Amino acid sequence: MSDVLPNIPLETSDSLAVLEKQRSTAETFGIPLAVLLEITHRCPLQCPYCSNPVELDRSGKELTTDEWKKVLSELAEIGVLQVHFSGGEPTARKDLVELVKHASDAGLYTNLITSAVLLTRQRLSELADAGLCHVQISFQGIEEGLADRVAGYKGGHRKKLEVAKWTRELDLPLTVNAVMHRQNLHQLPEIIQMSLDLDADRLEVANVQYYGWALKNRAALMPTVAQLDECTTIVEEARERLKGRLTIDYVVPDYYALRPKKCMGGWGRQFFNISPAGKVLPCHAAESITGLEFESVRSNHSIAWIWQNSEAFNRYRGTGWMKEPCKSCEFREIDFGGCRCQAFALTGDAANTDPACALSPLHETIFKQAEAEAEGETSRFLYRNFAGGTPEAENGT
Amino acid sequence: MAGPRNISVSETSRPVLPRHAKLKYDETRKVWVILAPERVLAPDEIAVEVLQLCNGERNVGDIADQLAAKYAAPREAIMADVVVMLQDLADKGFLTEIREKTP
Repeated sequence: MSDVLPNIPLETSDSLAVLEKQRSTAETFGIPLAVLLEITHRCPLQCPYCSNPVELDRSGKELTTDEWKKVLSELAEIGVLQVHFSGGEPTARKDLVELVKHASDAGLYTNLITSAVLLTRQRLSELADAGLCHVQISFQGIEEGLADRVAGYKGGHRKKLEVAKWTRELDLPLTVNAVMHRQNLHQLPEIIQMSLDLDADRLEVANVQYYGWALKNRAALMPTVAQLDECTTIVEEARERLKGRLTIDYVVPDYYALRPKKCMGGWGRQFFNISPAGKVLPCHAAESITGLEFESVRSNHSIAWIWQNSEAFNRYRGTGWMKEPCKSCEFREIDFGGCRCQAFALTGDAANTDPACALSPLHETIFKQAEAEAEGETSRFLYRNFAGGTPEAENGT
Repeated sequence: MAGPRNISVSETSRPVLPRHAKLKYDETRKVWVILAPERVLAPDEIAVEVLQLCNGERNVGDIADQLAAKYAAPREAIMADVVVMLQDLADKGFLTEIREKTP
């Protein structure tokens, strides 16, 4: 389950600058480091904040096993170091073990981003044997009442705990990905304890990012400012206490930040995404920006060509596309004006400053709106599915 | 299991990279990298040399001996540098150690 995109934590230095020392952080792009492979959009869960697009790819459009293998070989050849098998639910693909094996043989670092509910111990063991380097399991809460309600899947939480246990028994490293929002932030201290009990190596406290499905559900999910402040305090205390034992990555909802996030490390700068149908995308939400054409791995172009030359990748690279206030901003090469998808969703123009930035003329309005929603009464979800979403029943089922 | 966490590096520690961290030479960029989930580190030459000696069998004392001999440098100074470097990696979750099983 791709709850959040691969997140390079803000406090670490810029990976591109670290690895390609001749480059400055202002270089428009380098050799891609990591690729998110959304191998299917199928998923038994229906999380209302799913990072997949609202218009999902049907299974008939998915790349075949051979097509994915060709993609993986090509990625290794051009210098990609890490691949994240994600979805939808990547274990819904029958060929996952075969794909992981192919990636490992090509020398790629392989990560599985999963909801875990479809895994058996046997299959997990086969994935380990295929060379899988790391497992990331999403959790929706600390107990099945809330967790299963958020996921819209009965019995999910219990299964996740079981798979997490198998993961460590098989000596695979484990990340607990806890997707946080107004309705579960109060469980954060217990989520940290659960991660320790599960012997996880890493915990992602990933506040929901409000695109696509999550934007539709913003009123039911947006935390209050007070909740978020408390969350930050808890994370900081736990990081110090658990240094060397549990790594904690922390993603805040950027509506409440003053500076926007350096989304994807900069558009088309070091990461990209491949959709189930084979579209090569600057990020998992890029298809929400209308007017951009994305190339497919099924086209006549190589992935390297698409990365270097396609119009969609080049459109928002560097700083040349910027308008004010970004254009003359001293931070323009630090955060690249935030997130293009969020700018598009909230302002109608992806070249505008991301309203998460305090310098955006819309920041104040949007912040106030989010704050009002956070204090509101709405708690019903619109569940994610291929039919465009189903509202939660009044009694919460 | 992948080994204990929260380790305190000393002369007798037998450090090793945990399973989630892979040290590899990146042919495309011509640099050494440590790969971990969502993270890429670029260790310097000295760090790479030390990490290549961290196989879970040698202890930090053995590693300092080897480097002292190779660079004809004072063992104590090397030991101090190696401990600081390894402790920093351990605190970031990039290093574990082998311990004897207690009966």
